[in-house]
Amino acid sequence: MKTDALTRSDFVPATRTGSAHQISRPSLSYWQDAWVRLKNNRQALASLFIVGALFLFTVLGPYIWTQSPARQSLAEISQPPTLGLRALVVDGAQTIAPKAVLSASLETLAAPHTRGVALQWKPIEGAQGYALYRNEVEPSERLDFGLPLAELKGAAQLTYQDRLNLEPKTYFYTVVPVSQGEEIGSRAVTLEVDVQLALQENEAQSYVAEAKIGEEIRLPAHPFGTDYLGRDMLARIIAGARVSLSIGFFAPIIYIFLGVLIGGLAGYLGGRVDMVLMRLTDLVIALPFLLFMILFRIAFGVGPGESGIIPMVVALVALSWTSSARLVRGQILQLRESEYVQAARLLGAKTGYLLLRHLVPNTIGVILVYLTFAIPSTIFTEAFLSFIGMGVVPPTPSWGSLSDDGIKTFLTYPHEFIVPAVFISITVLAFNLLGDGLRDALDPKMRGRE
Amino acid sequence: MFKYALKQIAAGIVTVFFIATATFTAMHAVPGDPLSKGKAIAPEVRKNLEAKYGLDQPVTKQYTMFLTNMVKGDFGISFTQANRSVNDIIREHFPISAILGLFAIAVAAAGGILWGSLTALYRNKWPDKLIMLAVIFGVSVPSFVVAALMQLGVTALNKHFGLQLFAVAGWGGLTHAVLPAVALGLSTMSFLTRLMRSSMLEVVNADYIRTAKAKGVSSTGIFFSHQLRNAILPVITVLGPAIAAITTGGFVVESVFAIPGLGRYFVQAVQQLDYTVIMGLTVFYGAYLVAMVILVDIVYGLIDPRIKVGKASG
Repeated sequence: MKTDALTRSDFVPATRTGSAHQISRPSLSYWQDAWVRLKNNRQALASLFIVGALFLFTVLGPYIWTQSPARQSLAEISQPPTLGLRALVVDGAQTIAPKAVLSASLETLAAPHTRGVALQWKPIEGAQGYALYRNEVEPSERLDFGLPLAELKGAAQLTYQDRLNLEPKTYFYTVVPVSQGEEIGSRAVTLEVDVQLALQENEAQSYVAEAKIGEEIRLPAHPFGTDYLGRDMLARIIAGARVSLSIGFFAPIIYIFLGVLIGGLAGYLGGRVDMVLMRLTDLVIALPFLLFMILFRIAFGVGPGESGIIPMVVALVALSWTSSARLVRGQILQLRESEYVQAARLLGAKTGYLLLRHLVPNTIGVILVYLTFAIPSTIFTEAFLSFIGMGVVPPTPSWGSLSDDGIKTFLTYPHEFIVPAVFISITVLAFNLLGDGLRDALDPKMRGRE
Repeated sequence: MFKYALKQIAAGIVTVFFIATATFTAMHAVPGDPLSKGKAIAPEVRKNLEAKYGLDQPVTKQYTMFLTNMVKGDFGISFTQANRSVNDIIREHFPISAILGLFAIAVAAAGGILWGSLTALYRNKWPDKLIMLAVIFGVSVPSFVVAALMQLGVTALNKHFGLQLFAVAGWGGLTHAVLPAVALGLSTMSFLTRLMRSSMLEVVNADYIRTAKAKGVSSTGIFFSHQLRNAILPVITVLGPAIAAITTGGFVVESVFAIPGLGRYFVQAVQQLDYTVIMGLTVFYGAYLVAMVILVDIVYGLIDPRIKVGKASG
């Protein structure tokens, strides 16, 4: 007999260490998996942050930036971006007495400000009169004195007060002697003048109630400048974002919902319903989109000077549901015939279960991607129509109508056009990149295509 | 092929008919009537005007009149400009829009094919990344912004060189067409670049390319006679809708560059509520777009031999 015979203790079950059969990665649902992929896409993630920031900007903006988008201010017309200018409170009607002795050949009387620049000059030999010019750059040897302000007949008048559209910047004033009807440019005198922003007392009191003549007050900050009526651009951009983004969000959500409904019905029911609905889709697709957007606007009785945001959304819905209907129909048709749906049906799944468990979850990714691309294209449409005055029209701000306002003064005050244009571009860019990322994340088969 | 073309044309005529009907319906859904918007007019004058424009007839009669006139090619008389017919307006302004559109589509197609091929050939290298970045901007910046920035840039350029390199506004010679055509074609070019890139990438790894390489065809030979020819086909299919986008895009670009084209005229007509002009131009534009799509379809059928096989069997 052997001594090393098996004993009972040799048959004790081994303790499970578990390492052999453990699933090494946590099981991820479709959405978790998509989120992981989206998180790894830096472009898409950045776009997601931008979209979130825009959303906050639009919703919380008016509570943080409390300036009114409608407050006009003649003193602040078309200001470039500032963080609050200092303005002098002056008496506009004040007359300025000439000096008895001048130290230079051309001098300013009193402090030059936007309510008036008073000039006095020494008589120039041989002058029978004087011509006054103002320029924003220093006159060069090409004798470009700039804007003609006045022609003074007779040599007696040696003072002039300029009140013509003065802005707070540096000007070059030139006095040219005139002799026998000829301007003698070689004997002209030029003076560089820094003009300070000034407000009349009543104007100033609308900003600071106790403002007095001679004091300096601080005007509100305008990080994006002001428009041609002196309205704060940041406040208008926020108000415009509310209009543009609401149209951009709600119109696609409504028309995609409609499209999903129609496409889903057509795809699921098939047969005659499918044929009728698809004929309808074909006809609506054939309508030239922008022309009918404009035509619908007239048909709704929206006049040339009215905004009509609701008619615009209705027109967008009426004309744009078609592509999502086609998309969903194709998807449903494909899914209906797929093996796993047939297997589910064979196992006795009811229609409701099939819809909720298989058809809807497998379509929703495609719809979501489509929505992400539909939002920027709707924002584009709104901007395009508003820009040609066929959408949202001033005074209602939208990014498109702000651009339309801004382009009129584009060459002199570019910020009024560039600010809304940049907002449109960034928003559309962010949504496009997010859409690309979502498509890659939700439909890995499509990755790298297009 | 001939049968296919005929079928397309028949479908196109049905579509135009539908567009005309939709236009008529939309315009007759306007509350009030077109004559009531202007200043007060004496009843006799009003009667005469209604008779002139056929507004005294019942709606069904008006509709048949509208359709028969349209078939005859008569779009009616303007409401706001005395005795100016819509046909005259089209004859005067459409050629300008058409030339501009032609330039723009040429810019878009040439650019799209070139850039798209480059990105596919240099896939994931710096030319690809650079061009695709530009493409993203091309689709994200509205055409009016591009137009305005180009005006500003070229104005500065002209000033810098002290000569008129390109005209920044108006319509005249070739130099007038360059900037608007680029502004108009840019977003379509971006779209075509993306399309060309993806179709080129599909072609690059195709079996027949490997065969050609194995036969010893040079890479330029492969590029021109195999890759380009096959990859270009999807680009041609979308040229129809691209023409539509460019034509309606002309509304904005024509007003930014002050070009007296039909798009700008249409916008003005809408602002003045010139009903006959709006209706006439909508149907005209609709017919033009449908015609372009059909034309592109037929050309596609001629270029791609596979489509004949597909049609014959199906």
